Amino acid sequence: MPFKQKIVSTIASLRIGEMGYISEESLEVIPLKLLEMGCLPGAEVQLVQIAPLKDPLYICVNGSHLAIRKETAAKIKILKVNL
Amino acid sequence: MSKNNIKVALIGNPNTGKTSLFNQLTGLTQKVGNYPGVTVDKKQGTSKLSATQNAIITDLPGTYSINPTSVDESIVLKTLLKKDIKESPDVILVVADVENLKRNLLLFSQIKDLEIPTVLAINMVDQMSRKGISIDLTALKEELNTEVVLISARKNRGIEAVKAAIIKCHIAAKATPMCDNNKIDPAYFDQLKAINPNYTLYELWLMVTQKNFPEGISKQEKEQLLSFNKDVSKLRRYQHKETIYRYQEINKVLKKTYLVDKSKATDVRAKLDKIFTHKIFGYFIFLLVLLLIFQAIFDWSSLPMDLIDTTFAQLSDFARSNLPVGVFSDLIVEGIIPGIGGVIIFIPQIAILFLFIAVLEETGYMSRVVFLMDKIMRRFGMNGKSVIPLISGTACAIPAIMATRTISSWKERLITILVVPFTTCSARLPVYAILISLIIPETKIFGFYNLQAFTLLMLYALGFVTAILSAYILQRTLKIKSNSFFVVEMPNYKLPSMKNVLFDVLEKTKAFVLGAGKIILALSVVLWFLASNGPESYKNAEKNTLEKAENEHLGSDALLQKVASAKLESSYIGIMGKSIEPAIRPLGYDWKIGIALITSFAAREVFVGTLATIYSVGSDDENTTTIKEKMRSEINPATGKKIFNFPAGMSLLVFYAFAMQCMATLAIVKRETKTWKWPLIQLFGMTGLAYICSLIVFQILK
Repeated sequence: MPFKQKIVSTIASLRIGEMGYISEESLEVIPLKLLEMGCLPGAEVQLVQIAPLKDPLYICVNGSHLAIRKETAAKIKILKVNL
Repeated sequence: MSKNNIKVALIGNPNTGKTSLFNQLTGLTQKVGNYPGVTVDKKQGTSKLSATQNAIITDLPGTYSINPTSVDESIVLKTLLKKDIKESPDVILVVADVENLKRNLLLFSQIKDLEIPTVLAINMVDQMSRKGISIDLTALKEELNTEVVLISARKNRGIEAVKAAIIKCHIAAKATPMCDNNKIDPAYFDQLKAINPNYTLYELWLMVTQKNFPEGISKQEKEQLLSFNKDVSKLRRYQHKETIYRYQEINKVLKKTYLVDKSKATDVRAKLDKIFTHKIFGYFIFLLVLLLIFQAIFDWSSLPMDLIDTTFAQLSDFARSNLPVGVFSDLIVEGIIPGIGGVIIFIPQIAILFLFIAVLEETGYMSRVVFLMDKIMRRFGMNGKSVIPLISGTACAIPAIMATRTISSWKERLITILVVPFTTCSARLPVYAILISLIIPETKIFGFYNLQAFTLLMLYALGFVTAILSAYILQRTLKIKSNSFFVVEMPNYKLPSMKNVLFDVLEKTKAFVLGAGKIILALSVVLWFLASNGPESYKNAEKNTLEKAENEHLGSDALLQKVASAKLESSYIGIMGKSIEPAIRPLGYDWKIGIALITSFAAREVFVGTLATIYSVGSDDENTTTIKEKMRSEINPATGKKIFNFPAGMSLLVFYAFAMQCMATLAIVKRETKTWKWPLIQLFGMTGLAYICSLIVFQILK
């Protein structure tokens, strides 16, 4: 049996290639426009790339490939699943 | 037939191929107009739907949602909320990208709730098998309760089906909402609905959240709606809930109709992204792209520009020898023809630059540049998206300022608008060219690099650095709060469609010619008037010169030039030049340069032509050497030294690099910022900076 542990973190602390699920409690802090673009609570989010100067972040969520600034990403909590 | 034209609004997310579809549907019938009261261009075209039915298609700006976050997007809301029979669309055509169908359907669901007949066109279906996507079209039509068409706009597939669907949808006039906000909070939304039953619940909700009211809303109703708006946090919560709810509904539909087999997906995107956003190669490639653009602007445009120059010179000569002598002919020959020529001459450079920008945007590369540059630009109070205006500014500030509309933060957008005119636009080039050839020797530095070319490069760098530094200062000093945040979609890489690129270049060039052209032309006419009229002494100038020259035995050409020069000196503009002389003497200029500075307000490159007239040489091409010779030998009577010596030349270069001398740009800034405050700040700030720097340069080098 693999050992599963849920870790609460934010999008900004993901490493390149890592994934997480946007937590339900983030609903209030996600800007409306980002929600509309598919960045929804419960959705799987992957960090695709970090810009050379560590900001912005390039993420993939719900099929949308988006670049957002670190300050926004740091507000969005996620659940990381460690296998 | 014209009466029964179906009015179609074309709407969709950015990067869905909306423009391709618009181009396929309308072809060359496209026209760009203005939305009343706002500054965003309105693109319209006619499409022949069937033998008896035409449609007027309006291309709305690309948007992810009806809730706007930028100037561009607010147009969509304004157009859709209108209940005006002339303006409001009969059918809405929503374009969606097959790969991002889920997200695209969010906008569709909002549109659907406006209860206007809607056609959904799913684009890029030629990619489906490669991406492992399958769609059950019949089920999708049923689930969405609307006409759905699968198309590939670039390959011109499915366009006829779109046309048929528009007709069908228009006849059926069936419009049912997709989502019902009532489910979020029945009591709250029932109360909202009761305000005006002529509007759909969603329309009323949009009025509450966006504070955007159509004309049909009465004052009392407006107040009721505004009172709904008071509890901001509740509104925000409900908007969030609404979005989640919409996605739930969309997921339900897609579960039954849309399937992705991820194992089949082959992804080039990840590989290309690794290269283009690499911390070293990424910047290196961007630099190469920039160098290529500048190289092309210079190399490719020189031939057509020479051609335009000679054509207009010939046209002037032709008009002069064929029109009867008189004021009216002078107006045409000396005012209007050179004025039009002064606008047309910029077209090659501007078109080439737009060509590159359009290709970079079409391929998806521009988003990667925005991604790479955002952090750097933010340090200077701008935005990754400011890179595009700053590059465009090297052709002309006017389209560059219009390109800032995609920046949703007002402060970042305003700073970009304010600093763009510092970048070296094509109108500065002829001025730089002649001054550099006068004061910089044609030697090589480091054994191979031409010093004159190096100076030009330094002037470009000076423009960019000043733009960036002033942005930094503005960021610190401007007290503007703007809380909108930054998000950019990173679209898939695509090969550019030549049709889209060419239409884009055509449209933007046309906007430049019509926008800036009018002002440049009008000013050339005014300047012509000021230069060819004057008080009493002006009328005697010709006679006096002729009398004086009688014993000089000059050739008839030389004599004519002398007369022209004397006339200009005593004209209104000559008087203006003389009156500003005390102010510009510390910079090393005389009244003749003063005249050239004043006329430069039409467009900077007029500097060369004005000096040509003042130094009484013909202004056609072969004579540029003589202009240079004349300028070189010109002596300042006050100091006994040459006027265009190194200190004065450098001082002039600096002045032209910094000063705000373009009326057309000021007019565009006024239009975009809706107040005279910012263009005036630009005018005095930039020109003041130019004055101070030129003064320092001249006084040090003197």
